[in-house]
Amino acid sequence: MKMVRSHVLIGMDPGTLLAGAKEVQKKFIEEIEKRQLSDEVKVLETGSLGITGKGVVVLIYPEGVYYVNVRPEDVPEIVEEHLLKGRFVKRLMLEPKKIEDIVKEGKVPKRLRKQTRVVLENAGVIDPESIEEYIAAGGYEALAKALEHSPEWVLEEVDKSGLKGRGGAIFPTGRKWRFTANVRAEKKFVICNADEGEPGTFKDRLILEGDPHKIIEGMLLTAYAVGATKGYVYIRGEYELSIRRMQKAIDDAYKYGLLGDNILETGFKFDIEIKKGAGAYVCGEETALIESIEGKRGMPRPKPPYYPGVKGLWGYPTVVNNVETLANIPSIILKGAEWFRSMGTPESPGTKVYTILGCVNEPGLIEVEMGTTLKDIIYEFGGGVKEGKEFKAALIGGAAGAFIGKDMIDVQMAPEKLAEYGGVLDSGAILLLDESVSIKDMLKNIAYFFKHESCGKCAPCRAGCIRVYEYMEKACNGGLTEEEVNKVLGITKEMKRTALCGLGQSLIMPISSAIRFFKEELLT
Amino acid sequence: MGAVNIDRIIRRYEPKREYILDMLHDIQDASPTKSLSPEAMEKVAEYLGIPVSEVYGTATFYSMFSPRPRGKHIIRVCVSPPCHAAGKEEILATLKEELGIEVGETTDDGLFTLETSSCLGVCGVAPVIMIDDTVYGNLTPERVKEIIASYRK
Repeated sequence: MKMVRSHVLIGMDPGTLLAGAKEVQKKFIEEIEKRQLSDEVKVLETGSLGITGKGVVVLIYPEGVYYVNVRPEDVPEIVEEHLLKGRFVKRLMLEPKKIEDIVKEGKVPKRLRKQTRVVLENAGVIDPESIEEYIAAGGYEALAKALEHSPEWVLEEVDKSGLKGRGGAIFPTGRKWRFTANVRAEKKFVICNADEGEPGTFKDRLILEGDPHKIIEGMLLTAYAVGATKGYVYIRGEYELSIRRMQKAIDDAYKYGLLGDNILETGFKFDIEIKKGAGAYVCGEETALIESIEGKRGMPRPKPPYYPGVKGLWGYPTVVNNVETLANIPSIILKGAEWFRSMGTPESPGTKVYTILGCVNEPGLIEVEMGTTLKDIIYEFGGGVKEGKEFKAALIGGAAGAFIGKDMIDVQMAPEKLAEYGGVLDSGAILLLDESVSIKDMLKNIAYFFKHESCGKCAPCRAGCIRVYEYMEKACNGGLTEEEVNKVLGITKEMKRTALCGLGQSLIMPISSAIRFFKEELLT
Repeated sequence: MGAVNIDRIIRRYEPKREYILDMLHDIQDASPTKSLSPEAMEKVAEYLGIPVSEVYGTATFYSMFSPRPRGKHIIRVCVSPPCHAAGKEEILATLKEELGIEVGETTDDGLFTLETSSCLGVCGVAPVIMIDDTVYGNLTPERVKEIIASYRK
């Protein structure tokens, strides 16, 4: 057998698939076979390579060169020049001006080199459909390590790491686990919340599609720590590819004895099943998600008494963690809490995955340390504001997020820092808006989203969302009086105080922040 | 879809309430009208031993299920903030004009049903529509017309 000298990685996500990634892949295989390079060059399908809006993205190792907007007709040239002759095809490279830098300084372009990848360390690097590649990259080592220690040791390590939930509520993960670990029960469950629906957010999809085994390993570690024997991955129904990749990963994990009755021959037992959602934003709320797994309408339960940690799925203690949270666990166990705390801010250690969208030159997905400034995220990683446009505001955290004005661009992106400005990190979606965007029009759109997604169980949210939407319609058709603006704010305050779940409670975020920075635009 | 097919689909699952969404997904995917008929819901109710109203209530809570017959291709226009900021209004208007229908309606030839959707998670290429399982992004009115034409062929 000859040694493989080059790897051609083709990023597969909805963006690249619609740009023809499958055709490009087919062409690569054909061209490589035609030149009898099949033994030396391996073509791999990976998850997203983290670059969106640039057509089909191809990454070639060992050089670490990214090609973007690749079409099938470009493939012969890449194979001929790059793979055969070792010359880069400059016109298709991500940063053609910086070829010397790339060669001199390392393997990847600046935008990616400066990121701190923990959650996404394997995404776009390994074949997500190969358990062997995950294991070769150090996968399931954390599980093996954990099984040599006590469940309490695992819990303690996660507690010490200071990891907080990455789904939006930023609740300390260790504390959440302890609720469940401390209860004696006949059964306990672990649920991975992959019902990603926050507008502007697609980080969980890229983890699911790029490194599904990391989530399985994270769930295994959680189960071991709290004493659970059954897990569910609840994936939104629209994410076909995520469901397929996850199912493949689960099947392979069973074959390797990493799931089932006697994991790694230690007697530890854990099963995982996928549950497919059917289109309901509110199911991202943990108690609504539990109702949905039970096969009911996905409406939230009152807390108390239904804190999932003690009274969750079918009444049993249940840990519900977001995809990104779970994807952090293996690294914490393997490298230690101290290592994790060396990244980010003292209050919010670790990294955060962001999606950068709107008027930036390079929209896409990045992972950087907590506390990175918004300015750096926009200019260092997003490639700056689109030419000829003036940055007006950023909507951070999706529809349930808050607006941030342009004078606050130096804010550090960490929950405690954003809170000083009345902002939230939430899901990590950063939507940049330019001068041409009307804030009241955005608010109307956001209010429509809430009105549409409100499940109708509690009156404050059911009626409140409709009222707020009506006021925003009025704002767009002539404007509101000062009194009406106060009325809207009052409604959202009352919703925050009395609504049953996070959905109704968070409409105040976009509304109050918009009133704070752009009140003039709402008035008559 | 015949009664036999529905029976075959639901019997793949244990008669437990937790499998109701899986059954409804499978029935709808196999249905030529991309919908859940009253007959299908009755069968599910009978199999699970719960009232039909419970099945109907559960199914209609979720936006992916439709109790009304739909066209051969389902066009879903993302109307969430990132697509809104990228100009989804123009895309929706083009589709309505091109198809001659409003949101929630089906074309007379039974080819298309037009729906709106919350965020589809492909915001990097906003504005976005999804036709069946295929995502189309970076849309302009011209591109939308081309895409529709390609489905009419």
